[in-house]
Amino acid sequence: MSDPRPVGASVVARAVAWRSIHNFLTNPAFLVPSLLFPLFFFVSFAGGLAAIANVPGFDFPSGYTAFQFVFVLLQSAAFGGVFTGFAMARDFETGFGRRYMLAAAHRSGIVGGYALAALFRALVTWTVLSAVALVAGMDVGGSAGEIVALYALAVLVNVAATLWSAGVALRVRSIQGGPLMQFPTFLVLFLAPVYVPLDLLSGWIHTIASINPVTALLEAGRGFISGDPVVVGLAFAIGITLSLLFALWAKGGLRSAEAAG
Amino acid sequence: MSSGLRNQVGQLARRSVLRTLRQPAQIVPAIVFPLFLLAVNSGGLEDATNLPGFPTDSYLTFVLAVPFIQGALFSVMNSGTDLARDIETGFLNRLALTPLRGAALLSGLLAGAFLLGVVQAVVYLSVGLIAGAELAAGPAGGLVLVILSVCITVAFGTIGLFAALRFGSGEAVQGLFPVFFVFLFLSAMALPLDLLTTDWFHTIASVNPVTYLLEAIRSLLIEGWNIGDLALGFGIAAAIGAIGMFAATRALKTRLVRT
Repeated sequence: MSDPRPVGASVVARAVAWRSIHNFLTNPAFLVPSLLFPLFFFVSFAGGLAAIANVPGFDFPSGYTAFQFVFVLLQSAAFGGVFTGFAMARDFETGFGRRYMLAAAHRSGIVGGYALAALFRALVTWTVLSAVALVAGMDVGGSAGEIVALYALAVLVNVAATLWSAGVALRVRSIQGGPLMQFPTFLVLFLAPVYVPLDLLSGWIHTIASINPVTALLEAGRGFISGDPVVVGLAFAIGITLSLLFALWAKGGLRSAEAAG
Repeated sequence: MSSGLRNQVGQLARRSVLRTLRQPAQIVPAIVFPLFLLAVNSGGLEDATNLPGFPTDSYLTFVLAVPFIQGALFSVMNSGTDLARDIETGFLNRLALTPLRGAALLSGLLAGAFLLGVVQAVVYLSVGLIAGAELAAGPAGGLVLVILSVCITVAFGTIGLFAALRFGSGEAVQGLFPVFFVFLFLSAMALPLDLLTTDWFHTIASVNPVTYLLEAIRSLLIEGWNIGDLALGFGIAAAIGAIGMFAATRALKTRLVRT
């Protein structure tokens, strides 16, 4: 009898992704908050703060709905990754993650599978969010290429957040690590120019937002949607660098999980 | 209240308070999270005070009302989760074997929410004032603000009790959190009602009771003594508490029959 052929990382990734996506789509407790939270933020910010567009100095050409759409898009990208980190932590807490570790010849495929699932999760949310924004009359000034670049930026944010959360989940291996994944992500997102452009911020929040990498991501995204791209190179460099750094972080997490047995 | 009932309420209240104090995971997020959002929003939206018709020149003062409501939302989770745990672990079944009255059980369980409400209100108000917010109604207004905040927190706590008794699961109670956040999001949370320029949003915010709870708190911070706004705020808190308590009492009867 010949030995079974070891499967590659991509096969492992596809199997892990399939299960994670299946859980996401068939369990309303996972699906509904993923869809509703970004919509609540979008409705609350774009609807409830529309008058902010009348603040002296606010001159975003595509209007306040598009201004907030970019923030909520990137936020949902990040939280798609964080929620997938929760699923990963839960799997390791219940022992399912250990079975993955025993079965997979290439364990990096496990992280890859969760990353694919996080991307799928984000794509579902973006589809709904974009449809709602367009129905709400969002003004899109960017070309097709610029809009593709906006979503590419969101993909990078999703990948970075997933790898960050995976690193935490693999080290803590319990859902109790949830706040460790969630709070820093929330913090870094909200310490950026969320409600008004950077120029209109003042005091301590301006200082922090000026050095927060998410600011460049937001400014580039808002530039894409209004057809006036800015800091594009910097934003993509930040997105790629964060993804690479968090890939190393996730790899360390995988080693930690392997060492724990 | 008879001495027997008072004793029953007292015992359960003591347990509820100790339980709250022994769970920093309940107290810390309920205080830290609203304060973080207060800091971010007051910094990020300061320019909103330049809008014509904005009622104050300090956005911090305006937005200071929001943590009080966010804190109250945490009491839905905390009181509901505690009771759900009692149901899941069978503690409620054991209580059902004693001569304990339903009213004593529900009132006693709200003691934890009451304590958390006091701590939250004092911390939010103190931090706000230290950061430079105004309190137009003065020290007496501060006291009324704390009382109103506690009433709101306890009122929301009754909804947590109802949810726990109705669903019997801590996970289901946790699932209510986003639902209640919708009420906050779709209110005059970030701008005054008059400055909500999106028609449908203005309509929803106008019928959302949370808007009037926020306005009652803001009246003390920004205007001074506005009896109408305060009466409406206390009235809505009392109505939520009464409805929540009625629903929880009914759900308790059903649950005890079931078990």
